[in-house]
Amino acid sequence: MNDAQGRGLTRRSALAASAGAMCFAFASPVRATPDKMQDVIKAFTGGKPVTEGRVTFEITLLVENGNSVPLSVQVESPMKARDHVTRIGIFNEKNPLPDVAIFHLTPRCGRAQVATRMRLNDSQMITAIAEMSDGTFWSATSEVIVTLPACVED
Amino acid sequence: MATRALINIPKGARRGDIIEIKTLLSHPMETGFRTGTDGQLVPRDIIEKFVCTYNGEVVFSADLHPSVTANPFISFTTVAMESGALVFAWTDNHGKTQVQTARIDVA
Repeated sequence: MNDAQGRGLTRRSALAASAGAMCFAFASPVRATPDKMQDVIKAFTGGKPVTEGRVTFEITLLVENGNSVPLSVQVESPMKARDHVTRIGIFNEKNPLPDVAIFHLTPRCGRAQVATRMRLNDSQMITAIAEMSDGTFWSATSEVIVTLPACVED
Repeated sequence: MATRALINIPKGARRGDIIEIKTLLSHPMETGFRTGTDGQLVPRDIIEKFVCTYNGEVVFSADLHPSVTANPFISFTTVAMESGALVFAWTDNHGKTQVQTARIDVA
């Protein structure tokens, strides 16, 4: 036992490290996403850079029924005339079409907070992107695992 | 396309309050990707546009795609400014629009 600790790398620590690496791989934004979603996001942002942050994305991580998945998006913003969220776009990578919905907000909304329900055809990454009145884009991404996908029954 | 629409807003609010609005329209949101029993594609029939106006001013709108569920649910917030009418309009991909109005009393 003392020997194993002395070596610094035990079976347990090696397992923990590899599990941690896997979690990191899933959370990493560099994970390859289908090109169609990237194209649609580029059309939404006009090719401007998107920064991760300021957007809170609430969606169940493990979905039993992909036909109806509640989701909500909140963006940190004062929602005043000079500084507010103008649009919130929601995108997916494995449904037939990459767009889900685009919400147009105004300072009259008071809060940058929207909710809806979407279909999920498969386990995939969902991205929410907010456009601010100053022209910057912010995003949040969530991975969702679906056990019964939508679009299977006719 | 006259179907049932449910609107949930607070009965009354004070000026300046941020109120939450929940809307749900009874609609199939047929994606256009499914085949029917005859083997043919079921034609697309979806709500494409949702607009909420408050005493004539657009406060919130949305573009919807086939990934939104049947009976589309949309929830958002608005600032209670004055008593009046909140008008909700859903437009489908054939250009038909359904309108529903709700009254809000602002103290």
